[in-house]
Amino acid sequence: MDTAVLRPGGKMTNMPMTVLSNSAMNERLSGGMINKVFKIFAVASVVIKEMYRRKDFYVLLILIVLITGMLGSVHFFDDGRIVRYLKEVCLLLIWIASLVIAIATMARQLPGEKENRTIFPLLAKPISRTEVLLGKYLGCWLACGIALFCFYFFFGCVSASREHQWHLINYFQAATLHWAMLAILLAFVALGSLIFAAPSSNGTISFVLAFGILLVGRHLNKIALRNDEPVRSITYGIYYAIPHLEIFDVRALIIHNWPAIAWKYYAIAIAYALVYSAFFLAITCALFRRKALN
Amino acid sequence: MRSSTTLPFLVLALLLVVCFSLATSMERPAGLRAHEGSDDIMAEMLGESRRMFANHFFVKADAYFHSGFYPTIFDDQQSFQTPHMAEDAGALKGRNRGEETEFMGKPRDIIEQFSRHFLPSVHTHLDEGGPQGFKPGQDLGEEGGDVREILPWLKLSAEMDPNRIETYMVTAYWLRKRMGKVDEAEEFLREGLNANPGNPSILFELGCLYEENRKEINRPRNIWTMAVDKLDAMPKPHTEDQDFMLMQLTLHLARLEESQTNLPAALHWLERLEPVSPQPDHVRQEIEEIKKKLAQSASRHGGSRP
Repeated sequence: MDTAVLRPGGKMTNMPMTVLSNSAMNERLSGGMINKVFKIFAVASVVIKEMYRRKDFYVLLILIVLITGMLGSVHFFDDGRIVRYLKEVCLLLIWIASLVIAIATMARQLPGEKENRTIFPLLAKPISRTEVLLGKYLGCWLACGIALFCFYFFFGCVSASREHQWHLINYFQAATLHWAMLAILLAFVALGSLIFAAPSSNGTISFVLAFGILLVGRHLNKIALRNDEPVRSITYGIYYAIPHLEIFDVRALIIHNWPAIAWKYYAIAIAYALVYSAFFLAITCALFRRKALN
Repeated sequence: MRSSTTLPFLVLALLLVVCFSLATSMERPAGLRAHEGSDDIMAEMLGESRRMFANHFFVKADAYFHSGFYPTIFDDQQSFQTPHMAEDAGALKGRNRGEETEFMGKPRDIIEQFSRHFLPSVHTHLDEGGPQGFKPGQDLGEEGGDVREILPWLKLSAEMDPNRIETYMVTAYWLRKRMGKVDEAEEFLREGLNANPGNPSILFELGCLYEENRKEINRPRNIWTMAVDKLDAMPKPHTEDQDFMLMQLTLHLARLEESQTNLPAALHWLERLEPVSPQPDHVRQEIEEIKKKLAQSASRHGGSRP
């Protein structure tokens, strides 16, 4: 009996299933783990290819470059060294563009497969639903990482053109924290694509929630303390329950050239993002395994 | 044959009608603009809401002055009621209370405590070095540190609301005092005067520019005197800000006359200063001293006469 296995690059190979000795079984198990990783990466690579075939990323990048370039051409009081307003606008555009790319890409992954009926041939291959989901998630996250790299590289160039210095550590921290925030958001959108009826509703709700958390997330505790019970407890409960995406927004530090964040706190923030992403992904996987696809 | 000769005239008549129609349709908005007293496209698009944006940009400039360490609407704003950059520039009377470094208060929970590592959480001023080289009380003089970064927001604020006086004063102050851009400061103040003819606050700042940067005597004296006249012509009682401006004008005029040893004029301005000064006793003491000097010089002149 032959089993089809999805190799990186999407090529199928046939592997004979035979009775294995204990040592061979262990070897195969570890090989199985690698196989799983390969399968996840194979799905992810398809998602990345999809992103660079679509025009969203290029359009957003060109928009960022154009708007920043136009604003950069304005000189205030004949001083060519003024840069922070430009950094602020550029970073704001980068944040908006990254949210658009992340939410729009993730929201259409599973519903798109269902709508085109490609989910059935995909799952007919020796790949589990969890692997498909993780592959889709990883693909979107890596695609966002590539987009962020381009955006932050452009930002670094704009900044260096006026300041004549690279704050490489600060930019690295800002970009990676931003990417970690997108990991949480993508996991949430993946969950939303199983709960909400259409990608549009999922996208809209995810946008509203993400913007809401980014704008008032850090102030919910202050709002809670100004209210009486039971509103206070409910608001505080929400404050503790929501993923604090705003922690990852270090634009103010970058714009005003504050010193780099201490690595200890940076690592805690990354761990925080991993925990929340894993939590949302676990729920999504559990739901996806039980979900009827037709 | 007849139609071929009349056709060009008909076409010309049609073109004339089209031109006339276009002219009337374009005349109306132009007339409306003239009626509103502004031909600024921004004013037409945003209407009165541009004042709100102007205020937002002015506050934004102050947030830049603090390198992002600034209270939100959810924080205690007692110590940021008057923008510090305007207070430092002498454009507004300070109404701030409480410790400006403490608006965040103590962290209320572990999330807030943690999130402060990812925010500007130290009180700094750009003219004292900003976050990189901040030393409290340090004055970078004309180097000004990165004070230039507040200018785009001030310029935008002035574009949005040309009648917001403090924008011109603050911008001119930082331009001439901390960036050595005296010509740009003067040009900006003159733009302000065009939009607000005879405004005492802008006249005061213009006088300061001529006195401190161009080292002139007569021009600042004339400008400040004109500003005092404008203030006197305003309906009474004066607002707190008008009294504050009168205090600044009379104080500067008194100092200018003292430096020129024109003691009677200095006495006159000190007497005008006394009722509006926050330290009237101190001013009274100065008046007495000048009166003594005047009496001494009068007796000296009287004694020397044959």
